[in-house]
Amino acid sequence: MSLLEVSGLVAGYGDFQALFDIDLDVDEGETLAVIGANGAGKTTLLRTVAGLVRAWSGEIRFDGTDLLSVSAHRRVREGIAMVPEGRQLFPSLNVRENLQVGAYSRRPGAWIVPRVLDVFPLLEPLMDRPADVLSGGEQQAAAIGRALMTNPRLILLDEASLGLAPVVVKQVYNALPSITEAGTTVLVVEQDISQALAVADRVLCLLEGRVSLEGSPSELERSQITAAYFDLEGRSDQHGGLEGRSDGHGGPD
Amino acid sequence: MEWINAVVQGLLLGGLFALFATGLSLAFGVMRFVNLAHGDLAILGAFLAVSTTASMDINPFISLLVVVPIMTALGYALQRFVFNRTIGEDPLPSILVTFGLGVVLQNLLLERYSADSRGLDAGALETSSLTINDDIAVGWFPVVILVTALVVLIGLHLFLRRTRLGRAFRATSDAPATARLMGIDDRNIYAVVMAIAFATVAVAGVFLGIRQTFGPTDGPAQLVFGFEAVVIGGLGSLWGTLLGGLILGVAQTVGNQIDADFGFLSGPLYGHLIFLGVLAFRPTGLLGSRSRS
Repeated sequence: MSLLEVSGLVAGYGDFQALFDIDLDVDEGETLAVIGANGAGKTTLLRTVAGLVRAWSGEIRFDGTDLLSVSAHRRVREGIAMVPEGRQLFPSLNVRENLQVGAYSRRPGAWIVPRVLDVFPLLEPLMDRPADVLSGGEQQAAAIGRALMTNPRLILLDEASLGLAPVVVKQVYNALPSITEAGTTVLVVEQDISQALAVADRVLCLLEGRVSLEGSPSELERSQITAAYFDLEGRSDQHGGLEGRSDGHGGPD
Repeated sequence: MEWINAVVQGLLLGGLFALFATGLSLAFGVMRFVNLAHGDLAILGAFLAVSTTASMDINPFISLLVVVPIMTALGYALQRFVFNRTIGEDPLPSILVTFGLGVVLQNLLLERYSADSRGLDAGALETSSLTINDDIAVGWFPVVILVTALVVLIGLHLFLRRTRLGRAFRATSDAPATARLMGIDDRNIYAVVMAIAFATVAVAGVFLGIRQTFGPTDGPAQLVFGFEAVVIGGLGSLWGTLLGGLILGVAQTVGNQIDADFGFLSGPLYGHLIFLGVLAFRPTGLLGSRSRS
């Protein structure tokens, strides 16, 4: 049985529908990368799984239990953690306190502050600094560490490399094996397709709120991915091709 | 010597302002919540003490053991079931709801206790004083108030800095949605914040009632002092609230001294002037440097 099963998921903000009938499964221990252009609904998908966005209809099952009526803070107790886009560290807390807040729900598990520091040694000298003075990469490390402190079974990583220098992106992704080794399942949203293909067991491409492609990196052709990413097969003719998509689809992605 | 005495008395009076303003400051600091009923809640606390001292024949200080738990529970319930519905981007709903609550409280108190002024009799402590020298004597009771204010503020500070729940308060204050991602139930945090705010304002209300006479409609006038203390010190900063309360107290007593010596403006006006000066020249307050988006 899959750890996370999403079926027929429809969600959005206000009158704006961002997700159309999404199906996806993630097995325990697997790393799934969600790719897609801006406004494709990647962030909305993650936020809906985390419980920050309410699903309009459909199903989200986690380890067999239905999550739809479970509030975000209770999903953390079930074992879902999210690293939000833009890191969102708590600025008035120092790095140590940010990590400690991750342990708020007291979910049992192996992740404690020293173990986070093993994975992200760069945090060690920064522990007493306020979180808002860190560099982007340091913030990302702290934000991932904070999410790990919840001892998640599933970690949702939104825009893991956005706005980070390439060398920092490498550092962040180098930490991924030590997360998955522990059996933690990873659902990562990644703009950088080659990065996504390099780290993921499976890739899912979103296009205008729908799944346009799914498969393992080894079985997918580059051209297939490009087509699914940019809608080269004209899946959404009703929008008038490429130009028509530039407006009205600016979901918070 | 008169002037030193005025400053000493002002610091002691400031303790009451600070204690009263603590709840306002905390609620604003954690959830950007402006409680216009805060003054009426202090008066409610004082009247609850009137009833408990009369029915149980106890000292007003002992009545705190009854009044504080009642007010704490009321704060939790009001936040959980009423105020939480008003929290959001727009501050107007919470202002309207607490304004309405203030009006309701005033009328309920009028109905139950009539418009007569009341006082709480704390016995000998109220009038006994400690003579420091020929010119300066401090009342024991104002000292008790100031010490209580310090204990409450230091306690809250340690709670926010050192405890798991305190960190959750600060995280929620920074970003409620992200706090939810850490497993924090922000709605429950808000209710706990309001429970603490009500507990502190109940203590302040009972102390106020021992210090001076009060009536059901005295709340809004108290609220002004509370807001002034919070704004002078810096919005949402607890140490700022202490500093603001002390400054306001000193401004009043020194102002009274100026009035007595030179016949120029009455005491409380000096506090208001300092408040206006801070608003004009340092709107973030003396200790409120952190600007928020």
